[in-house]
Amino acid sequence: MNTEYIGIIFMYLATVALAIPLGKYIAKVFKGEHTWLDFMAPVERFIFKIAGIDPNREMNWKQHLKALLTINVIWLFYAFFCLLFQSHLPLNPDGNPNQSPDLAFNTALSFLTNTNLQDYSGESLATYFTQHFVFMFLHFVSAATGLAAMMVVFKAMKDKITDKLGNFWDFFLKSITRVLLPISFVVAIILAFNGTPTSYKGKVAVIGLQGDTVHVSRGPVAAMVAIKQVGSNGGGWFGVNSAHPLENPNYLTNIVENISIILIPIALVFALGYYLNKRKLALVIFGVMTIGFLAMLYPSVNAEVGGNPAIAHMGISQPGGSMEGKEVRFGAAASAYWGITTTVTSNGSVNSMHDSMMPVSGMAQMFDMMINAFYGGVGVGFLNFYIFIIIAVFISGLMVGRTPEFMGRKIEAREMKIASLIALLHPFVILVGTAIATYVLVHFAGAAWATKPSAWLNNPGFHGFSEMLYQYTSSAANNGSGYAGLTANNIFWNVSTGLVIFISRFLPIIGPVAIAGILANKKFVPESAGTLKTDTGTFGVMVLAVIVIVAALAFFPALTLGPIAEHFSIK
Amino acid sequence: MKSDKNTLFQADQMKDAFLQSFIKLDPRILVRNPVMFTVEIGTVVMLIVTIFSFSNAGQGSWGYNFTIFLVLFLTVLFANFAEAIAEARGKAQAESLRKTRSETPARLLVDGKEQIIMSSLLKKGDVFICETNDTIPTDGEIIEGIATIDESAITGESAPVIRESGGDKSSVTGGTKVLSDKIKVQVTTQPGESFLDKMIALVEGASRQKTPNEIALTILLAGFTLIFVIVCITLKPFGDYANTPITIAAFISLFVCLIPTTIGGLLSAIGIAGMDRALRANVITKSGKAVETAGDLDVLLLDKTGTITIGNRKATNFYPANGVNEHDFIKACVLSSLADETPEGKSIVELAEQNKSMVVTKAPADSVFIKFTAETRSSGLDTPDGLRVRKGAFDSIRTMAINAGHAFPSEVEANVKTIASNGGTPLVVSQNEEILGVIELQDIIKPGIAERFERLRRMGVKTVMVTGDNPLTAKFIAEKAGVDDFIAEAKPEDKMNYIKVEQQQGKLVAMMGDGTNDAPALAQADVGVAMNSGTQAAKEAGNMVDLDNDPTKLIEIVEIGKQLLMTRGTLTTFSIANDVAKYFAIVPALFMVSIPALRSLNIMDLHSPQSAILSAVIFNAIIIPMLIPLALRGVEYKAIGASALLRRNLLIYGLGGVLIPFIGIKLIDLAVGVFL
Repeated sequence: MNTEYIGIIFMYLATVALAIPLGKYIAKVFKGEHTWLDFMAPVERFIFKIAGIDPNREMNWKQHLKALLTINVIWLFYAFFCLLFQSHLPLNPDGNPNQSPDLAFNTALSFLTNTNLQDYSGESLATYFTQHFVFMFLHFVSAATGLAAMMVVFKAMKDKITDKLGNFWDFFLKSITRVLLPISFVVAIILAFNGTPTSYKGKVAVIGLQGDTVHVSRGPVAAMVAIKQVGSNGGGWFGVNSAHPLENPNYLTNIVENISIILIPIALVFALGYYLNKRKLALVIFGVMTIGFLAMLYPSVNAEVGGNPAIAHMGISQPGGSMEGKEVRFGAAASAYWGITTTVTSNGSVNSMHDSMMPVSGMAQMFDMMINAFYGGVGVGFLNFYIFIIIAVFISGLMVGRTPEFMGRKIEAREMKIASLIALLHPFVILVGTAIATYVLVHFAGAAWATKPSAWLNNPGFHGFSEMLYQYTSSAANNGSGYAGLTANNIFWNVSTGLVIFISRFLPIIGPVAIAGILANKKFVPESAGTLKTDTGTFGVMVLAVIVIVAALAFFPALTLGPIAEHFSIK
Repeated sequence: MKSDKNTLFQADQMKDAFLQSFIKLDPRILVRNPVMFTVEIGTVVMLIVTIFSFSNAGQGSWGYNFTIFLVLFLTVLFANFAEAIAEARGKAQAESLRKTRSETPARLLVDGKEQIIMSSLLKKGDVFICETNDTIPTDGEIIEGIATIDESAITGESAPVIRESGGDKSSVTGGTKVLSDKIKVQVTTQPGESFLDKMIALVEGASRQKTPNEIALTILLAGFTLIFVIVCITLKPFGDYANTPITIAAFISLFVCLIPTTIGGLLSAIGIAGMDRALRANVITKSGKAVETAGDLDVLLLDKTGTITIGNRKATNFYPANGVNEHDFIKACVLSSLADETPEGKSIVELAEQNKSMVVTKAPADSVFIKFTAETRSSGLDTPDGLRVRKGAFDSIRTMAINAGHAFPSEVEANVKTIASNGGTPLVVSQNEEILGVIELQDIIKPGIAERFERLRRMGVKTVMVTGDNPLTAKFIAEKAGVDDFIAEAKPEDKMNYIKVEQQQGKLVAMMGDGTNDAPALAQADVGVAMNSGTQAAKEAGNMVDLDNDPTKLIEIVEIGKQLLMTRGTLTTFSIANDVAKYFAIVPALFMVSIPALRSLNIMDLHSPQSAILSAVIFNAIIIPMLIPLALRGVEYKAIGASALLRRNLLIYGLGGVLIPFIGIKLIDLAVGVFL
């Protein structure tokens, strides 16, 4: 048992140890300073040349958003049509069929938005072409979109009174060439050498120990798994994601993949400190995020390692902890650790079945996604945190008797309107989505649909409620993990979660960029003794309180009917 | 205005406020406060449910529903009452103002003839006459004459003031009374726009607009309200799924408890009380925004004289130059000051009298008095027999002497330096451009002023002393008084430039002024406080008027502004923090019957689901009147630095806001449990 704990402690410390230099490096890249990856510059120049883009043209926040949204719409259509007609496209050795329109809609949106809610199984409903040129492509560009949007906010915080916030394409391309690509490259190589397939050949027939023939899917898996972990995407090659022995072969790959999940999200917090030259602020943010992360990690690991009380009541000992739905090669602690890291970062890849975890873990995972800012996804995690900072600054500014200001800019009605709307959006889509689903389930259980609502849930009662709540939470957080118990590949779930995903991706990008852009244009107020400093522990406590209270207050009743009720009923 | 209304609630005001809180139930009025408006809707729904439950028990007993209805109704009333009592306090003050003005006859001058008309008919540009015992009918500017005036109706100060035509003391305010002499006054305001009218409108709250900060907070509170609308509506299908019927009473109670009713109910009262506190400090603010801005000030421009030092500089010593007879020197000093009406000039004559060296008592006939100007920075006298006596600033007299070919004696220069470095002001005296010696003037710094500046510094406010003194003197006094910066040898435009430079750096600047030449700077400053004794132009330009003419008032104004914001912030925190306990009261109550496992959430061990819900709404209702005194008085500001202040307020109102309702709800439940 002790080695299990050492494993997760090692993973976390290694991640932080790597994240600090990486953060420094990322700050350098976007400050335009020299780095050892400057040999990518000619490649970037070439891409800008053929695309006819001047990377030195400064954009204001509106131009940034316009560029971001335009290119995302183009990718959406591209992805949708590729999936719709994938059987006619090359690289389909297993002869997999086209995706249905509603599945293609959900899948395209889901990958475009860095969510990767996979209502399909990669083995049977994707081809090597779509895995490669749709999924993997979107893995890179969606993560880079988040990074570029975050850079706009960083830039807006850095400069005094300006509407020149850098060039979107420059941020975007450098995110790929200087950050995502190099890290993914290293991860992919480690995976490939540990047994993750890298092949264009189709399924292979294997005769198992019992003598029956098993057809094992494969493909160029390692490359995709790398960026899936690194870019907080989570959309794996195989249906069961990193629980699959070929996608995550051993404890070493598990360590590498798990570090990859939170490496960039943590590094970006340090990057903020180096980029703005405000290391103390970065430390405060890191502290708040870490406290939130550990507060979710501890009960989850405890619950999984402790085993299932319902089984314990039967007098069965569980020396390995609660192992239902977990891989023996990882164990209970590492599975719980992954479960928390993947939900705090909006990654969504899994190495065990969240559906089978203890209610406490389920609640911790949902709570992570309801907050979606403890580290958070690549780029977007900070954007979510930024909204909480704005609200915390506003309330605490009032509490010390001064018009609230952040980084020298006054926060007024317009910014509060945007921040309130964005803070409101997350509970809105999650609760309304779940409400509609439960309503349909209760009142139209027997509707003559291809999948009857009564057949949606594998489990009745509280757990069934958690399955639905989890699905919408995961969609709204652009996480993409799921409670496998939910039968999600049907029109109702594909369409409703597709819409949730879409709204919850772009509005929370637009909001913070708009706030930062508006603030950057405002009069700069220098700090005085009366200014509330945001790089102090006190302010950190305030932000944490705002985060916990906003999320806890909105979701407490829903969580009560799901994991909390389940927890007390199996105790 | 100065009144001894130290008690927060007075019987007549309570009665008025009580009536008003019912009038404010009108949804058209209440809709401006989104939080309380939703509570009113909930109250109406509960009324319907109560009536319905007479014949149908599906929604619980009618007694229970009626109780919930009653408590919600009280919640709205309490919030209305909070606003009404704040307004009533303002109104009471407006009433006393109005009494002074009502139906004053005015002696209008038309083509040189007097005509009696009602004051309300006076138009801008009209000229009227006031004599002893007349009440001045409206605001105006004296164009002829001089008079002593009792301004106690406006300022509360019983000491009469002198007003005369020309210069900075020419403005008179409607409602004040002439005590002696006769003046001719030109009306400067349109009917209904006089200072008094504006004051009445402001204190009554008629022209109160929401400040930017209040709007931003209202948006945030509306956001919270919306979140809880969603939480409560979605709970219905969730409950259906879990086979848990939830009564309408429970839904509405949950909703009302969760939305920030405490701050929502007190928000406008806090704003009104802020202006009211300013008024109690005898400061009239032209808008609530000005009070808020005052809390954010970074820089205060203070005149040295009267603010930092007591009154005026006084002559303390005569230092004749080598070879000049002391008697001759003092004679020249007195000559140069005889016609000088400035306090400094007078003090020179006084000092000469004390020295018993009074050699002349009267300037020779046909002498020409040379007035002090900011440009020449010297004054003096030209006698008919060709004597040119001048006294003035060191450098201007020296230039004059050197230009005329005279040397500047080195011992005089040494004296000048000694005086200046001791914080005194040297006045160099010359006769026919020849240097005779130097007079020492000294400032006396007000006791306790250094502590006040220290307090301001801890608030993050920089103080700047404005003085006409030379830089050396200014520096000495600045250091002694503890100001952060000073403007020496200040000309009127220097203030303006200083303000502009600070503002360009994003700082908020306040200044106080009274003269017409202060008007542009008063208008430029973010908070411009005009003295009530100042000119009409100065009063128009500033956004506050200090009735006491007390220059240190700015410090109080800053604290009032900070208090206003703090009261809003802390009560918002308190209100939202309360929700944690309310959840733990209501959520188990909703589900514990159909899902027994959730009994574990009933950590307060409340008597029954019904008593739990009732206790939560009762707590939610009574917390509003309990906090009215705090809302009206304001949260105390402590100059301990922003982070320490946040820590303190987070502990009191954040942590307190989490814990207090646990205790409160439990106690109410114990009481309610007796009846259920």
